[in-house]
Amino acid sequence: MSSVSLQNIDISYGNVPIVKKLDLTIKDGEFLVLLGPSGCGKSTLLNAIGGLTDVSGGSIFFNDKDVTWTDPKDRGIGMVFQSYALYPTMSVERNLSFGLRIAGIDRATIEKKVKWASELLQIDHLLDRKPSALSGGQRQRVAIGRALVRDADIFLFDEPLSNLDAKLRAELRLEIKKLHKTLKSTMIYVTHDQIEALTLADRIAVMKDGIIQQLDTPLNVYNKPANEFVGSFLGSPAMNKVEGRLVSEGESRFFIAGDFRLDVSRYPFAQNIESSRKVVLGLRPEHILPANGSAAAIEGQVSLVEPMGSNILAWSTFDGVSLSHLVGQDDSCEADRTFPVTIDVQKASFFDAETGWRL
Amino acid sequence: MGADLTRHVKRNIVAYIALLPMAAVVIFAYLGTMAWSVRLSFSSSKLLPRNDFVGFAQYVTLFDTSRWQTSLGNLAIIAFFFLLICFVLGCLLAIFIDQNVRAESLFRTVFLYPYAMSFVVAGLIWQWILNPDLGIQHTMHGLGFSGFVLDWVVNPQMVLYAIILATVWHGSGLVMALILAGLRGVDTEIWKATRIDGIPAWRVYVSIVLPMLRPMIITSLVLLSISIVKMYDVVVAMTNGGPGTASEVPAKFIMDNLFERANIGLATAASTVMLVTVLLVMAPVIYSQYFRKSGRAS
Amino acid sequence: MSQAKSATTKRPLTYHEVWGRVGIYAFLGVLALFFLLPLYVMLVTSFKSMDEVRLGLIFSLPQQFSIDAWVKAWTSACTGLECTGLQVGFGNSVKILVPSVVLSILLGALNGYALSFWKVRGANVLFACLLLGSFVPYQVFIYPLVRFYAKTGIYGSLPAIVITHIIFGMPVMTLLFRNYYSGLPLELFKAARIDGAGFWKIFFSIILPMSVPIAIVAVIMQVTAIWNDFLLGLVFAGRDNLPMTVQLNNIVNTTTGERAYNVNMAATVLTSLVPLTVYLVSGRWFVRGIASGAVKG
Ligand SMILES: Nc1ncnc2c1ncn2[C@@H]1O[C@H](COP(=O)(O)OP(=O)(O)OP(=O)(O)O)[C@@H](O)[C@H]1O
Ligand SMILES: [Mg+2]
Repeated sequence: MSSVSLQNIDISYGNVPIVKKLDLTIKDGEFLVLLGPSGCGKSTLLNAIGGLTDVSGGSIFFNDKDVTWTDPKDRGIGMVFQSYALYPTMSVERNLSFGLRIAGIDRATIEKKVKWASELLQIDHLLDRKPSALSGGQRQRVAIGRALVRDADIFLFDEPLSNLDAKLRAELRLEIKKLHKTLKSTMIYVTHDQIEALTLADRIAVMKDGIIQQLDTPLNVYNKPANEFVGSFLGSPAMNKVEGRLVSEGESRFFIAGDFRLDVSRYPFAQNIESSRKVVLGLRPEHILPANGSAAAIEGQVSLVEPMGSNILAWSTFDGVSLSHLVGQDDSCEADRTFPVTIDVQKASFFDAETGWRL
Repeated sequence: MGADLTRHVKRNIVAYIALLPMAAVVIFAYLGTMAWSVRLSFSSSKLLPRNDFVGFAQYVTLFDTSRWQTSLGNLAIIAFFFLLICFVLGCLLAIFIDQNVRAESLFRTVFLYPYAMSFVVAGLIWQWILNPDLGIQHTMHGLGFSGFVLDWVVNPQMVLYAIILATVWHGSGLVMALILAGLRGVDTEIWKATRIDGIPAWRVYVSIVLPMLRPMIITSLVLLSISIVKMYDVVVAMTNGGPGTASEVPAKFIMDNLFERANIGLATAASTVMLVTVLLVMAPVIYSQYFRKSGRAS
Repeated sequence: MSQAKSATTKRPLTYHEVWGRVGIYAFLGVLALFFLLPLYVMLVTSFKSMDEVRLGLIFSLPQQFSIDAWVKAWTSACTGLECTGLQVGFGNSVKILVPSVVLSILLGALNGYALSFWKVRGANVLFACLLLGSFVPYQVFIYPLVRFYAKTGIYGSLPAIVITHIIFGMPVMTLLFRNYYSGLPLELFKAARIDGAGFWKIFFSIILPMSVPIAIVAVIMQVTAIWNDFLLGLVFAGRDNLPMTVQLNNIVNTTTGERAYNVNMAATVLTSLVPLTVYLVSGRWFVRGIASGAVKG
């Protein structure tokens, strides 16, 4: 069992800084997901935690022990790679046991561990095969198994599922979650798949350009994005964004964009907002609901509908502002007609137009 | 069936015609000559080919000839050391160059340039350097080390090692180039995984990386073996088989009997022995290397 | 290499690592010297006068820099009784090289094209025999070929040696082009057929123009191989067409009296100039040729 603490970490390739002044603490037994777009430095950070990439500044602590310059094999970690990185000329059994053999562990123990891990991952019938004779999902299990037998306190996953098809990905996702329940070890998991992040994580760290934008529970990251980037990076279909101004009129407060006008008095602003401040309104499609006769309804001119299976994504224009919103299959929403909706202002997000941070 | 075949040939007639030169080369220049060589080895041909049949008489004579015995023995020694040293040295060079060294391309160029030169040149250069009256030994004597001896090219005991030295100099860059190309193809995540597993670097090379480079290793061994069997130029240029017959090799034995000793029967018997040996050794390699992954238009 | 590819660090290297680095450079440096030694000796000796050569210090730089040996090697070095220098051999080698390279590459491309895009029954058996043949020592083929050329009256002439080079270059060239063409999309060929192009039209208008990269590799391989050939030139080229390698060996190994080592070394360097230039200019392409020509003879 281990906690991980990164303090003021800098990492650069040559002169190019990749990770900048990063602080992050991961609690003992926590499942932390590093989420971010391609090239934002997730793998780099994970490699640094594993000791595979040297940091150019800052320190890494495992359980208050400084491991910044400790050798990877002495850090008590297991790591699972995106390309699996199985040793292609060795059987599954050998792949699992190779590190243990090198460490000089006795045969009986090795056998016990391999048996335990392979049964846990249901690969015990594959032990004699070469990696090339395995399916993608089986390879991924072997890669996880190799990390498991190491008795690691901390597991590092670098996009372990990204090479699999959607169905298998969902299956293995579930298994990794179960594994975490069973082992209760600290896990750090890199992905750019938001579903993976939202389903697996205790907390998500959203990264961009080597900087953590928000570190919070999945619910908070989704519902209360810390800035415009996080808001639009998470969620599918994507969040609507409308630029406009906030105007106070007596007790009430309105969001105004051209002819579009929305009463936002009920939005819990975190700070005092001076009048006519420029802001960006972020609205998820599922927070614009069919009005069903409500008094606060606003009319939209529907321009396009996209059936998405369980429900329908409609694109409508409201007083010159185009928004996507979700409607049920029974709501008889058709293109070139009007459709009344209500907007759940409490669940909306406001961002400063200049800095992009949440208000 | 017959009609099918006719139609097929008609549709592709130009392709058949285009392949005629290749067919002619295979049938006449390769198979035909090979067959005739083998046929002659069962005749009593001397200066001119004869059409008689003397059974295995030429082969019996051949293996009674001490020069042939020496040639075979020499070839075995040369092949063993040449393959071993070239391979080990080539691998080491590749691995060391792969350690992110500066001036990498300079090193690569230096280690491979001998391979671009002719065997004749390789033989001549090393003959000079190892020549006791001129080369290193002479220089050392001039510097006052009068006891220094480096007379490999004129010493019957050592002359084979002189040839091995020259051929290793010529060929180990080839192994280096092929292995280095292979090393560059190894997934970097495999390296990361071995570091997490705490496997020492030498162990990673021996147990994981080199086994992954099997195709490159086979290719380089095949190329080196062929050059050994065909070895002729370097010996002619370096020692011309001498001193005495200390550095005779089979290819030279055959050439001498064909063109100087006018003993065609014996020469063709010797070449048949080489042919059979090569086919026996190479057939499995060729099969596994080239035919299992043969092209799509089959 | 994994260590080496990591990010920059401000951690000082450990003793262990420092010594590791020193060891790597020492190993590579010493071996580089070993590999360069012959070239160095050749070059310095070729610029010395015979008086200096007789001093026997093969590693010392020339005291009096002189290009006499080079001039002599090129214009008047003797093979037996003839003293016309290497220039004759150079000319012969060029005469042999140009048609051999051009024809063997064209034939290789044609074979590779027919093998990978067209269905010709028995073609793969033929190709297998060709490949197998390339592993067989030349000595097996030489005598019958000599007789054949003698019968047709071209023995010891330029055509004989050119044909011989084409024959023995065919396996590698065919393999090279066949493998390259197998990597091209078959749809390309199908589209051309639907457009009504025939065998030659597709070959010349579509396939050949796409073959430039592999043709460069082929040129590098064939120029080096044919220039460096000794055995075939010796046997088939005839007295008037002896290539440079054969002439070099004759100059060096048949002289009587005192050997002019400086001339010999200049001659050796001259003979190596063409393949060395090809090698230095082609760089990585050369390696690519080695790797793809695994059956090179
Ligand atoms: N060896 C290297 N040398 C130089 N730059 C590198 C190296 N490896 C990665 N980078 C750069 O570092 C940045 C971060 O890379 P990293 O691999 O951490 O991205 P990532 O967030 O894992 O992306 P992905 O989701 O695509 O895996 C990228 O801009 C990349 O170009
Ligand atoms: Mg990554």
